[in-house]
Amino acid sequence: METLAFIVNNLPIIGERALEHLSIVGVAVGVAIITGVPTGIAISQSQRTADTVLYLGSIVMTIPSIALFGILIPILSKIGQGIGYLPAVIAAMLYAQLPIIRNTYTAIRNVDPALRSAAIGMGMSTAQRLARVELPIALPVIIAGVRVAVVINIGVTAIAAYIGAGGLGTFISRGISQTDVRQLVTGALALGLLAIAADYALLGLQRHLTPKGLRARRDA
Amino acid sequence: MAAIRLEALTKTYATPRGDVRAVERVSLSVGDGQICVLLGPSGCGKTTTLRMINRLVTPSSGKVFIGGHDTDAADPVELRRTIGYVIQQIGLFPNMTVAGNIGVVPRLLGWSTERTRARAEELLAMLAMEPKDFIDRYPGELSGGQAQRVGVARALAADPPVLLMDEPFGALDPVNRETIQDEFLRMQHALKKTVIFVSHDIDEAVKLADSIAIFRSGRLEQYAEPDHLLAQPANEFVASFVGSDRTLKRLRLIRAADVMARASGNLDATAPTVRASEDLRRVATLFLEHGADSLACVDERGELVGYVTRAALAERLGSARR
Amino acid sequence: MKGVALPRRSLMPYATLGLIALALLWALVSSGMWSDILRYKKDIVYLTRQHLVLVAVSGSLAIACGLGIGIWLSRPWMARYAQAAIQAVNMVTAIPTLGKLALMMSLLGIGPLPAIVGLWIATLLPIIRNTYEGIRAVPAHLVDAARGMGLARGQILRRVELPNALFVIFAGVRTAMAVNVGTAPIAFLIGGGGLGELIFTGIDLQETGMMLAGAIPTALLAVIVDFLFGQAQYWLVPRGVNPLRNA
Repeated sequence: METLAFIVNNLPIIGERALEHLSIVGVAVGVAIITGVPTGIAISQSQRTADTVLYLGSIVMTIPSIALFGILIPILSKIGQGIGYLPAVIAAMLYAQLPIIRNTYTAIRNVDPALRSAAIGMGMSTAQRLARVELPIALPVIIAGVRVAVVINIGVTAIAAYIGAGGLGTFISRGISQTDVRQLVTGALALGLLAIAADYALLGLQRHLTPKGLRARRDA
Repeated sequence: MAAIRLEALTKTYATPRGDVRAVERVSLSVGDGQICVLLGPSGCGKTTTLRMINRLVTPSSGKVFIGGHDTDAADPVELRRTIGYVIQQIGLFPNMTVAGNIGVVPRLLGWSTERTRARAEELLAMLAMEPKDFIDRYPGELSGGQAQRVGVARALAADPPVLLMDEPFGALDPVNRETIQDEFLRMQHALKKTVIFVSHDIDEAVKLADSIAIFRSGRLEQYAEPDHLLAQPANEFVASFVGSDRTLKRLRLIRAADVMARASGNLDATAPTVRASEDLRRVATLFLEHGADSLACVDERGELVGYVTRAALAERLGSARR
Repeated sequence: MKGVALPRRSLMPYATLGLIALALLWALVSSGMWSDILRYKKDIVYLTRQHLVLVAVSGSLAIACGLGIGIWLSRPWMARYAQAAIQAVNMVTAIPTLGKLALMMSLLGIGPLPAIVGLWIATLLPIIRNTYEGIRAVPAHLVDAARGMGLARGQILRRVELPNALFVIFAGVRTAMAVNVGTAPIAFLIGGGGLGELIFTGIDLQETGMMLAGAIPTALLAVIVDFLFGQAQYWLVPRGVNPLRNA
């Protein structure tokens, strides 16, 4: 098919855009983990704060990504960074927050209270308890949250093509404006493969990091 | 008439390692209104046998007769609506209230709402649960013992002649279990259902059963009344299953009145006495506590009705004659 | 003794949201943005209706098919294929909506139809997954008790499996619908109409007022839809299986 030829002929560009795409997602998720995991741990200590934070986070998720870009652009224009990379990264980072915070919170809350009591009873400080008992057990669920965040971000970054951020979404935006089916399919395939590959890679990581004793269950 | 008869009931499973005989040619008869306990260690086939009666498991061969009718001829779903079924995990449906749960089979049979609700109230009262308090509660709001009683009520709702119970009291703590066993016996005395009851607990079986069927690896090792089983175990396996204290277990099954020599007259005030209606546990305790060779038996009013001697006790416990 | 009463639902989250909303509103009004937005009133009304049609059609079809397929996959005779099917569902779910819409466009051209089909697929998948998993999560001994009591397969599904899976199924529907409303703006790109027109055009022309005229109603719609389905979940799921209702 023509599309196949198109793909083969344009591999370098596809690769370049894929890298652009991954760099946005990577930075966004990286920052989101650094801010999200501690937040998740912090709110796990208070039910009321947790309810509020999680609710607000889920409201943020309902904002269409293109709208979030739209809001960030005028703000960032003031420092000359209106178009492109920065608004995309910031928006993606915001969307990655809720899954990570929520999963961290849930994972820590779900640690069997008996384990917590045992750790405290053995004389561990809060920091030691978190580091040696609760986080290792919570880790697989947290990674599951990162997985969700990455998949969402791949989608958000695709739309960022419409604000000049580059990435694989550009094939689709050009494909639509030029009514070029080859670009459409290339973009869709590339995005799909990227998302599926990332999802599976992180699933592998999640399984790998599940302490052997907890591995009996089938994870989502 | 709801007598149950199993004829050469067999269940074979095909596994990669060859055929497994879960149940092998089991035959037994349970009289109308009797409780038969299927007893044995895990994996002996007792639950599979039970589940072949209401066709949750299809027999590989053999027949099941309920009230003289071959259950093969009936539609399994219809059949199950005429048999009460109680499981160990209780299995109350969390999405329905107590009334809803009890009413499941009656509704399937077309009973009206009023009749169903009245029946639920009747059953709760019979099981010592205040209907007003419990009828609209959800299973999540019940304690273990309460949930178990509702499970029994649900099985009895459509007034089936037959009741199948698979370790129904297993999930309760020992104290609750004793209480509910006693209540069950009282209820059975009034309702006279034909009950097949699976258990792995010899004490429970001895307490509840009119007849006990001991299983091992799919085969029926012995089928007898509790006292007979304890007095004359058919082989090594049964003997070790019932326990080396089987004679002691028999004590609760026999009353003082069954071993006393009748007599009347004046009561010796210093002699130890036992009521004729009490079981031999009390008799044995008194013999152990006092040096006497015989005890006086009295009736409810305190009048002498007979004497129990050590010799008579030994003769009775040394045999299985009724 | 089970049946502890849960604390009253905290109002904090809603209060905080209300405060933020008011703060934003004040910011908009004082910066003059609000009047900019209101210039597009007529468009907002017209496009909201289009948006709602997209959401309603793709959403209701997704719910109907999602439930049906989810139930079908959960049947015992489907067990062998169900795992593979759910894997496939997971994979397709990962594909970004823009990609799905692009594929629809390459197959069906532009206009409302490919947009609705694309949104339908995106909304369908989480519902299938939640329905399947919700039903599979119903404890096996409940199904056994139901069978033993003489319920036929269909009756077991209707009276035991579905009611007990309902909470999870609702959660899936609620999330899927909120996502549907939120991603519907992209439908504009392939000619599906809706509030996306204001958003994308606003960005292209660097008219923040126009962009907000599209973005704010979309976000509001998503919150309302989520709220409505949340209420449905609260009221329609029987108390005995509804963790939100003190059961």
